[in-house]
Amino acid sequence: MYRILREVLRLGKVGEKPPRTQRDPASASPSCFRHSLGIRHVDAGSCNGCELELNALNGPHYNLEQAGFRFTASPRHADVLTVSGPVTRHMAAALQDCHTAMPAPRRVIAIGDCACDGGVFQGSYAVVGKVAAVLPVDLQISGCPPDPDALLRGLLRISGEQVNS
Amino acid sequence: MPSPALRVLTDFKRWATPLPVWSGRLHAADWPLTARHIRTQGGRLLAFWGEDRRAEESAYLVHAAFLIATGIVRTEMVVDPATAVYPSLTSIFPNALRMERALYDLLGIRATGTHDTRPWLRHAAWPADRFPLRTDFPGTDLDVAADRGYAFPPTNSPDLHEIPVGPIHAGIIEPGHFRFQVLGEEILRLEERFGYAHKGVERLFRGLDGAAGARLAGRISGDSTVAYAWSYAQAVEQVAAARVPERAQWLRALCLERERLANHLGDLGAIGNDAGLAFALTQFQALKEEFLRENQRYFGHRYLMDRILPGGVAFDLAATDIAALHGAGRALETAIGHLQEILAEHGGLRDRVVQVGVVSPERAAYLGLMGVAGRASGQAWDLRVQFPPSPYDRLQVRMAVAMDGDVAARMAVRFQEISESLRLQEEILRKLPDGHPYHPLDLREAAGEGIGWVEGWRGEVFFWLRMAQGNIRHCRPQDPSWTLWPVLEEAVLRDIVADFPLINKSFNLSYSGHDL
Ligand code: SF4
Repeated sequence: MYRILREVLRLGKVGEKPPRTQRDPASASPSCFRHSLGIRHVDAGSCNGCELELNALNGPHYNLEQAGFRFTASPRHADVLTVSGPVTRHMAAALQDCHTAMPAPRRVIAIGDCACDGGVFQGSYAVVGKVAAVLPVDLQISGCPPDPDALLRGLLRISGEQVNS
Repeated sequence: MPSPALRVLTDFKRWATPLPVWSGRLHAADWPLTARHIRTQGGRLLAFWGEDRRAEESAYLVHAAFLIATGIVRTEMVVDPATAVYPSLTSIFPNALRMERALYDLLGIRATGTHDTRPWLRHAAWPADRFPLRTDFPGTDLDVAADRGYAFPPTNSPDLHEIPVGPIHAGIIEPGHFRFQVLGEEILRLEERFGYAHKGVERLFRGLDGAAGARLAGRISGDSTVAYAWSYAQAVEQVAAARVPERAQWLRALCLERERLANHLGDLGAIGNDAGLAFALTQFQALKEEFLRENQRYFGHRYLMDRILPGGVAFDLAATDIAALHGAGRALETAIGHLQEILAEHGGLRDRVVQVGVVSPERAAYLGLMGVAGRASGQAWDLRVQFPPSPYDRLQVRMAVAMDGDVAARMAVRFQEISESLRLQEEILRKLPDGHPYHPLDLREAAGEGIGWVEGWRGEVFFWLRMAQGNIRHCRPQDPSWTLWPVLEEAVLRDIVADFPLINKSFNLSYSGHDL
């Protein structure tokens, strides 16, 4: 126990200040999303690079819960669906089921180049392509993979904030 | 002939490559015979794939790469399109089963002599009588329907119940389906069903040039982007008979060790978390994040994507970068030392990881285990030790091995490999040769076959490709997960359902690299 405490103290606080934001009057997001999002992530056939960054976002540097955001285990508890990958044909049905299972109001974010436009997998017989071909997409976060900071900014925007640089 | 295992392979030719590869063609009748011979000599099946060569030689080809004591034996067998069958290797190498099933899904040639002819990678995306790797695949009638009617073995007792899990899981992980049969809490049977992440990678490679191929190779399994990019580059460089600058080889090895470090850090934290030790997750995540930021700062990408290209690497390190990386490496070493002590003595954690998810050394040998999971079950095999490519031949890698084959052993191997990778990083940074890190290849006329083979953090990543007029005609990337996934089905038996996430994490296999 003593040693655990010593390591905790040695590590100290690594959490960083979140990006500065203010309420976006033009935002189409419901006010109940403000600093309160349940996020359900679905990997619709990614290379797993995007999942590495989503997991990194969950780490101590990014203070996700302080912003009021957390990943949920069930779509029933989620406000936002994040989707990565070029939506393989084998995942399209499961992805749609997951979206249907979410309560309204709900939003969809496409994560990574593959989800935005199919990325390097575009045109394959086995993929549908961008997430927007399967679900209504509210925000696209490009990058291969997008880093946690870009992901955090996207989530803040979906929650109704204007993100200052 | 350098080895008795090769005696039956009389007209096999040694490739003029640094990697010892013998290559040749076999008759269907000799195919299982040869495989059995290789097996009795202690060999393993490394990779297995097929090719539509009807236009060139009126036949399909089935390829297999075996590992023997002295190198790789690459064999091919002609399959008559009229019958489209070939003898199965499953009874000799159990890991062949899923590869043979997948080969039918993709190329429409059937292994005879196996009991299991269910589809493996195909769900409903394309009709059962169309085959995407055939050159005349129409690419029409494609579907997005769910995978229904896959024949899972039924439960044979009213006392058992089934738990279906996936393709979408509770955490942030890749898609796949697990079907458990349990008695109360105890797992009596687990069957995996994959293919959800199938992206048609093998076909996508067709017609790509060297650079576009490198981008795609680095995205077959994102967590192993370095291992894939390097093995792809090896294969292309072999086709082009190109020599890679020394400095590039050393920088490639540095990337590979950093990929190993990043993944091992992440896994140790996640295993701790699955055992209820949030402290471990936070500590390792913090270390990993700092590490990824160093990757971004000094190498240009957090996961080192697109850093390795045919011909060299896409970055260089200045003297100040090298000094900074030295310092960061030493700090990480100290932090890891403390965490290792704490985790080793943590009673609650030990309770969850010792004698859980066991794969005995005997089973590991039978199933052909390698990589982290293999070394944790006594399989003393590491490509960096047995067939060290430059610069590993000058680094004397110390292999990590454990005998217990449980979750704790897989953690111990990771801890050992972290300190070894940090030592290798030190040495590479100290001995880094001068010169250019990149020498562009002229691939315009490139034609022929190449093989790449790299000890990735999970296990060995294998790459075979055939080029013509500078473009890729066909390729096969083979992830270690093909061989390792079936082992998970065994490792969880007699453990309880709640231990599954923990055991699964201790293997941490790739779905994307497997589903292709
Ligand atoms: S965007 Fe890049 S990292 Fe994300 S799934 Fe696609 S290839 Fe992988």
